[in-house]
Amino acid sequence: MHSATLDEVFQEPGCAKNQAKNATERKKGCTKALKPGAAAGGCAFDGAKIALQPVTDVVHLVHGPIACEGNSWDNRHAASSGPMLYRTGFTTDMGELDVIYGAEKRLFRAIAEAIAKYDPPAVFVYQTCIPALIGDDLEAVCKAATAKHGRPVIPIDAPGFAGSKNLGNKLAGEALLRYVIGTEEPEITTPYDLNLIGEYNLSGELWQVKPLFEAAGIRIAACISGDARYRDIASCHRSRANMLVCSKAMVNIARKMQERYGMPYFEGSFYGIGDMSDTLRQSAQLLVSQGAPDDLLERTAAVIQKEEQRAWARLEPYREHLAGKRVLLITGGVKSWSVVAALQEMGMVVIGTSVKKSTEEDKARILEIMGEQAHMFEELSPREMDRMLRDAQADIMLSGGRSQFVALKAKVPWLDINQERHHAYAGYDGMVNLVAQIHHTLSNPIWQQVREPAPWESSAKPAAEG
Amino acid sequence: MAHVVNARKQCTVNPLKMSQPLGGALAFLGIENSMPLFHGSQGCTAFGMVLLVRHFRESIPLQTTAMNEATTILGGYENLEEAILTIHKKNTPALIGICSTGLTETKGDDGAGYMKLIRQRHPELADTALVYASTPDYKGCFQDGYAAACSAIIETMVPQGPGARRERLLNLLPGCHLTPGDVEAIKETAALFGCEMTALPDLSGSLDGHVADHFTPTSLGGTTQEAIAQLGAAQHTIAIGEHMRGPAELLQQRCGVPCTVLPRLTGLLPCDAFVALLAELSGKEVPQSLRRERSRLVDAMLDGHFFFGGQRIAIAAEPDLLIALGHFMAEMGATLHAAVTTSDAPGLAGLPMDQVLVGDLADFEQHAAGADLLVTHAHGRQAAQRLGVPLFRVGIPIFDRLGAAHAVHVGYRGTMTLLFALANMLLESHDTNAHRHGHPAPVQDTDNHARENLATC
Ligand code: SF4
Repeated sequence: MHSATLDEVFQEPGCAKNQAKNATERKKGCTKALKPGAAAGGCAFDGAKIALQPVTDVVHLVHGPIACEGNSWDNRHAASSGPMLYRTGFTTDMGELDVIYGAEKRLFRAIAEAIAKYDPPAVFVYQTCIPALIGDDLEAVCKAATAKHGRPVIPIDAPGFAGSKNLGNKLAGEALLRYVIGTEEPEITTPYDLNLIGEYNLSGELWQVKPLFEAAGIRIAACISGDARYRDIASCHRSRANMLVCSKAMVNIARKMQERYGMPYFEGSFYGIGDMSDTLRQSAQLLVSQGAPDDLLERTAAVIQKEEQRAWARLEPYREHLAGKRVLLITGGVKSWSVVAALQEMGMVVIGTSVKKSTEEDKARILEIMGEQAHMFEELSPREMDRMLRDAQADIMLSGGRSQFVALKAKVPWLDINQERHHAYAGYDGMVNLVAQIHHTLSNPIWQQVREPAPWESSAKPAAEG
Repeated sequence: MAHVVNARKQCTVNPLKMSQPLGGALAFLGIENSMPLFHGSQGCTAFGMVLLVRHFRESIPLQTTAMNEATTILGGYENLEEAILTIHKKNTPALIGICSTGLTETKGDDGAGYMKLIRQRHPELADTALVYASTPDYKGCFQDGYAAACSAIIETMVPQGPGARRERLLNLLPGCHLTPGDVEAIKETAALFGCEMTALPDLSGSLDGHVADHFTPTSLGGTTQEAIAQLGAAQHTIAIGEHMRGPAELLQQRCGVPCTVLPRLTGLLPCDAFVALLAELSGKEVPQSLRRERSRLVDAMLDGHFFFGGQRIAIAAEPDLLIALGHFMAEMGATLHAAVTTSDAPGLAGLPMDQVLVGDLADFEQHAAGADLLVTHAHGRQAAQRLGVPLFRVGIPIFDRLGAAHAVHVGYRGTMTLLFALANMLLESHDTNAHRHGHPAPVQDTDNHARENLATC
């Protein structure tokens, strides 16, 4: 593992989380040691895989024992409009002898095997803990394989024990910057070319927003990495601007592309009606500032007006059902404030939200939107969560899968808004989807049934009390 | 007789196998108030947890010693100690079940030595059972890790020496291919003979998907500490699955409890062997209700065999699950078209086919071409789609269907349920195929035949 790369990533000035820290804190960066026995979350390898796996036409080969890939492959819902190769799990499945003697040769042969059988435009090779520990030289193997096969074999050097998922996202970004972006030329370019960075097309969310850009006349030249082909990413340096989808993942790509190619970027979100409109507006403005004809602005404004109207009209019927309902919002990847704003539009009351992964900027924004009564939880233990839910402080909880069963076992409605979810919530239609799902969940007749004690229990109780 | 052949590839494609520590964690999850702990880097725990959560649709307690590069090189004692103390303080489990991982095994952490040292230094942990299982990821597979954890529990928690033998107290060592529903069904059958049965581990108490009154950060039920301490006093141990032979014989060595290893409990004859054993051990007659269940299974076999005869079945599963299902299919008249498994294990050679392949789901897909039915875990869905062959999901993980924990495929009744489910699937695919090709499939003929016979009776 290159410590130079690591240092660079930790010092990433474009990372809002880092900017908000002072110099010594920044040095510590994301290396913050986890507490043994009380840690949660994936490893750097996991993060790198999340960021790159959505590239649909390459072989994703995991160099390590079966634990890393065998326990985790094909477990996300990043969707593809074409190639399905990305859903095939490849691993060197290191055995005891590989651990003792090193597995570089095995890796080299595994790459050859995968190329011979699947003929991909490129191979992404992921480092994991054990080969990193025993000193397998990933970079050298990939270099030799690239030369031999005449196609890019790219080392993704983010072994799990290097750090968190977030670090892995960034290391994946570094690999793209170093080995992929700018290595090929696009077939066509237009003044309306925009890249999306950090959108993974989970449950097809990219497809909810792509038509909106297109309606305005903006071409999504490349998406890193949702529904991407290798060549899109290799040639994405010719686009006019970048949109960074989540502020924390892969900000390094946006910043360095600005440095290298003079491509401006902005940060935006697809969640929430206002946010989606802002994103479209900013995209258009940025492209115009880069020389796109300025009628783009008008067309964008027209799309926004039409779509907003349509969305609000579709949301209206839900308002009467949802007004006054109390929501507990525990999010990871999705920015809290953009969802908060949307829920408030429905008259819902957000009684608390987690800010564990939010930046200072996010927190300020939440305070602005939710006002003084905002409960922001740095860390809400499952036990406290359970207590809050059982005390009926919330009518519904929105969170990631991790806390799903805390809510359900407390017989409180719950909706998945993290990566493993099956519904797409991006864009205007996505917000309507989210609100519709909240309504379906809240109004489901099971809640009344499951909360009712069994007849013998309810009849026994008064007697005992009396 | 089957030859067990290794696929011998450099690159595993679409893994069938899962790693040892995960199997170890599953075993520890079947102990009451326990917290499994992976001694390794955080990612292994996160992946393992997600996988089990999606399969069981339950919260899964699972922790990590959060090793990083530096602590790995220096040795993991401090992380392990800190993790145990933190878990003890935060969650007060009765048992902390430690599984080593590839990382800490590569470094050569001395687990047994570490445990001794922790015990010496921390008398405050006296009431907490600490069990350490060596489960490197780069060796063996899920069922090996599960068995290793069971052996470690016996080694650490069952007092040595013959206890006062208690008649009609039986031990059950269920293999990891048995669901919580299976374990419960077996215990109920034993109860019919007036036998009390302690299962180690007992997933029917912890991962059976029930709603508890209070939130618990540790396992929701399972084998109690007291019951584990009493394992040595049992009259007999019944182990299901060849991979449980190790723990069963360990218990025999330590405490003199005789054991019987039943390779499987699916199918008429294996069920008969089990029931006969219970009758013998208890000295009781086989109760009427069980005779009736047997008779229903016999009837189901008579009704169902039409649909299995000549059908080509492809199975990919861990060794003991493959053995259980493979024999059953063959006993129903089906042909084992392809079999892929995760490691060479005893018993595989007995399968009625030419070759069992140790390989992955890409091998499976290749060899399963031409089969009428695929049988494997949920990751087989891509192969099923590409081949256009229906998939019957078994084992772990099953993340795209509900009720995995409650499926019962053992005992007379469980076998009958399995038989119907498989037969219906075969029927359905034949119906669709028949329509597609525009001529009735042979299976339909038999069906009509059966109906005609019925009409004339
Ligand atoms: S922590 Fe290391 S060994 Fe574990 S899954 Fe991540 S990369 Fe693999």
